[in-house]
Formats: sequence, structure tokens, C-alpha cells
Amino acid sequence: MTSTVLVSADAASRPWLTSDQVMRISVGVYLTAFFLYMFLPLVYMMLVTFNDSRIPTLTPWKGFTLRWFQEMWADERMWNSVIKSFIIGFWVIVLSVPLGLAGALFMTRMRVLGQSFVYAVLVSPVLMPGIIIGLSTLVFWDTQFRIGGRWELSVLGQTSFIAAYCMLIFMARLTRFDRTLEEAALDLGATPFQAFRTIMVPYMRPAILSASVLAFLQSFENFNTTLFTIGNDITLTMFIAGKIRAGTTPALNALAFVMVAFTIAAGIVYEILRRREAARTEARARAARQAELAAEAGAG
Amino acid sequence: MTEALQRFGYAGVGAILFGVLFWGALLIVAPMLLMVDLAFRPYLPNPKDVGGPLDVYTIQNFAKVFLDPLNVWVFWKTIYASILVTVVSLLIGYPLSYILVRAGRSAWIGILMIGLLIPFWVNEILRTFAWQLLLARYGFINTVLMGLGLIDDPIQFTNTDFGVQVGLVYAYILFMIFPLYSTMESLDPNQVDAARDLGAPFWRIHWDIVVPHSKPGIASGCIVTFMLSAGSYVVPELLGGTRSIWFTKLIYLQFDAINWNLGSAYGFTLVSLCLVFILLVMAMFRVSLKDIAR
Repeated sequence: MTSTVLVSADAASRPWLTSDQVMRISVGVYLTAFFLYMFLPLVYMMLVTFNDSRIPTLTPWKGFTLRWFQEMWADERMWNSVIKSFIIGFWVIVLSVPLGLAGALFMTRMRVLGQSFVYAVLVSPVLMPGIIIGLSTLVFWDTQFRIGGRWELSVLGQTSFIAAYCMLIFMARLTRFDRTLEEAALDLGATPFQAFRTIMVPYMRPAILSASVLAFLQSFENFNTTLFTIGNDITLTMFIAGKIRAGTTPALNALAFVMVAFTIAAGIVYEILRRREAARTEARARAARQAELAAEAGAG
Repeated sequence: MTEALQRFGYAGVGAILFGVLFWGALLIVAPMLLMVDLAFRPYLPNPKDVGGPLDVYTIQNFAKVFLDPLNVWVFWKTIYASILVTVVSLLIGYPLSYILVRAGRSAWIGILMIGLLIPFWVNEILRTFAWQLLLARYGFINTVLMGLGLIDDPIQFTNTDFGVQVGLVYAYILFMIFPLYSTMESLDPNQVDAARDLGAPFWRIHWDIVVPHSKPGIASGCIVTFMLSAGSYVVPELLGGTRSIWFTKLIYLQFDAINWNLGSAYGFTLVSLCLVFILLVMAMFRVSLKDIAR
């Protein structure tokens, strides 16, 4: 591609742009446009919080205020819904992590007929619309066990698909597991439970941690499955949806501000940790190379 | 199996099997089967009739779904709009993923990835709420357009299908981008460079190298985006209001009216639709489920 493109606006001073420069500029424009598209709505939603107007809008600007934060902070229903979301999230972790681990061990450490069918069943909720999971959970527990819509049912509904995410995380980690460690422990007289506790659990700890975080976040922001199973209880997402439906004041923007700010902080922490990890890996690789060179020099 | 018994003992194997059985049977299969069962039985308002002579298998619920012209219209609209959202997300997401992969070694990439992750992590409802504020009658977009003198009266964006589609693309486009990015990342950049050095124009590079390589990512991105759009409740509820009804809303209305049988029939219809879409996409891209669920 050696063609050149004429730029009419700036014809006198710099008449020609190489195709490489055109590419570079259009990539820049594209990236800028896309990230504006991603962030402008969020920034707008956050800025609205500071407008002293009862309707959530930036125009007309009626002066700076922080009262919507106060109003949000004083909302008892919101706090109750936050507590409920935390309770549900806690129980989803308690159920999903062991179930996901059981599924992962079943898939990687056993040979049973129909294993791939079981796998397909266990991951199927990931490819199922959330409201279908919610409604099937509701009809099953209500008609068979007379357990109607309530927060415990949301835990069961959410667990059915969140456990699959946990399983995938565990399976990825288990493929790199060194089985000889476990064999050694068993040969030296450890009971299966001791071997599991002292070798498998420590090895899986990082995966258990990330599965727990993922399970909690998935549960915390879940709407579709919760909608059908929650009954008269209210989670934070239900609270927010109810507020928006009823036509809200910017108090909701104050809540959104806090939540987005938390997300951005989490993103920054994540990036810092990632860089530190990358730097550490790099340093280790460099040290290994130097050691190798030194060894070669010594041998030669 | 004997190997597993040696490793985990009877108690360990028992615990694993119990976990898998509890999860697979009680949380996934049984609820799903019961939903299908209910969908093929009549709604009997009197609980005494349930299990009685009136409680027979029938397709009357599905007849109700498909004989009502409004339902059929909503059904087709949901399909059409979800496909539209999927295609638009692909058209926006493909170049973006490619740019990000090609920028893979630059210092910017970490920041760009965080720039993708942050909106992805923000709750779906809040992201939709943000668009409700932008699209409102006297919201940001109308104010800007009127301020520029491009329009005299505010355009009605909310409570329209268009508003719903805009919100859906924004809500789910990242589910398209991440699988695209991860398949493109595994493409050897030397292949692209070689093709370019040999004089291939950029569309040939994409059509012959990048697209075939990223097929599994395109397929899984399309499947997930379609399913999330067709199964979305929040976005049509907040941006479509009462004027732009979505198929999910019909399901919810039946449950609100305690007609679980008809509601299950609607639900079963949605599941079947998604299944058909998955199979179609897999046939179109000639990929297997294994390629997609990586």
C-alpha cells in the first residue's frame, strides 16, 4: 500500500499524507470515538448528581449541590436492599464455590460414562437467558416444595449458573496441577482428606479467591434471575430498577456516582496489581537468563 | 474410578458426586423439565384440579402465544432487533478488537483494556439509566441538538424501539468485544505482516486471514450478544417503557398474572428461539460448541 491521500484543508503546508499516517489517524479517531461512547454516558450520569434540580438532568444547571448524596445516604430502604444483596452474595459464594469445585474435580479427575453430557448440562445455564433460569427455579421450588419467591430462592437460581463460572476457573487451574504431590502425600500415609486439605486446597487458593470475587460480583449485579425469584424481598438492583420506573430524583445518581467510582477504583487497583505482577515475572525471567549465561560462562 | 477412589476416598468421591448431582439435577435439569411440563399443561385456577382429570397435556398455551397477533409481532420484533443489535455490535467491535490486538505491545494497551473493563463492570441497570438520562425528552442529546439548531422540537427517543436498540448495543457490545479480542490475540502477527509485504490489500488480509482465524470468537460473541439482547428485561423496561414491549416482558406479565403455565410456554418459546439461533450460528461459522465455550 504505497498510495497517498490528498488532504484539502491543509494543502499548502503539508499536502500529502502517507497511507500509514491516514491509518494511524483513523485508528486514533476510532478509539477516541469508541471510548467517548463508553464513558460519556457514565460521566454524564455522575455529573447530574451535583445539579440542584429535582429532575435528573444537567440542563438547565441550577447550581452546585451535595444534597443528593445526603438524601441517598439517609435512605433506609436502600441500605436494607444493600444488606440483602450482601446476604445473597455471601450465600451464593458458599454454594457456588464448593459446587464449582466438585464439578471441576468430577470433570478432570474422574472417568465416568456420560461425562461430556454432564459437562454440557453444568455449563448450559451460562448460555441460558437469565429470566428463564429465574422462572424455572421459581416454578420448580414453588410447585414441588411450596417454597415461593424469596431471597433464598434467588440464591438457588443464581447459584445454578454462577457455579458454572467457578467450575471453569477451577478447571483451568486444575489442568496445571502436579498430581505427584498428592501421590507422595498418600504414599507417606496421609488420609485422602489430609491430602486434599494440605495439597489441593493451598494449590487452589488463588482460584478459590477469584471464583469467590466473581461469584459475589455476578450475584450483586444480577437482575434477570432475581426478578422472578425474589418475591417481596428487595435487592439493590431491584431497588434501583424500582426507583427508575417510578421516576427518580438525582439521589439515584448519587448512588450511581458511588458505584461507578468504586468500579473505577477497582479498575485502577487491578491494573496496578497486573503491572506489578508483569514486572515481577519480567525480573524473574531476566534473573534466570543471567544465571543461565553465568552457568554457560562457567562451564565454558 | 478406582483411581479417584484412591485419591479422594469414598467420602471424597461421594461428596463430589453429591455436589454434581445436587447442582445438575436439582438446580438445572429438574427446574427446566418442570417448566417444559407446565408449558404443555392447561392453566387451572383451582389448585384442586391440578393433577386431576382436567390436567392433561395440551398445546393450547402455545396456541395462545402464536394466535395472538400482538404476541407474534412482539416475538418477531424481538428477533429482528436482537439480530440488528448483534450485527451492529459486530461491526463496531471487530475493528476495535483488531486495533487493540495490533496495539498489543504498546504501553497504552493496559489503559485501553481497563477502559473496556470499567464500563463492563458497571451494573447493567445503571448503564441503561445513563442512556435514559441522555435520551430523555429534555435530556442531553436533545438539548445539544436543539442548541445547535439542528432540530426545533425534542425528538422522542425513549419509549421507542430505536431507544431500546441503542441501549442494547451499549449494554452488550463488550460481550462481543472480549471473545473477538481473545481469538484475534492468538493470531500470529507475522501472518498479517507477510500478507501485507506480499501486497495484499487490507480487505484481503481480513477476509482471508483474520476473519477465518477469529471465527470461534465471532460466533461466540454473536451468540452471547443475541441471547443477552433477546433475553434482556432491564433495557426494554427502562428505555422502551409501555410503548416498546419486548418478549421478556410478555413472560413477566404472565407470571404477574399467576398464569405460570402460559408464562412457561412463553419461556419455552424463548429458549427454543435461542437454541435455534445457536445452532444456526454454529452451522454458519462451521464451529463446534467446544470452540465457543472455551
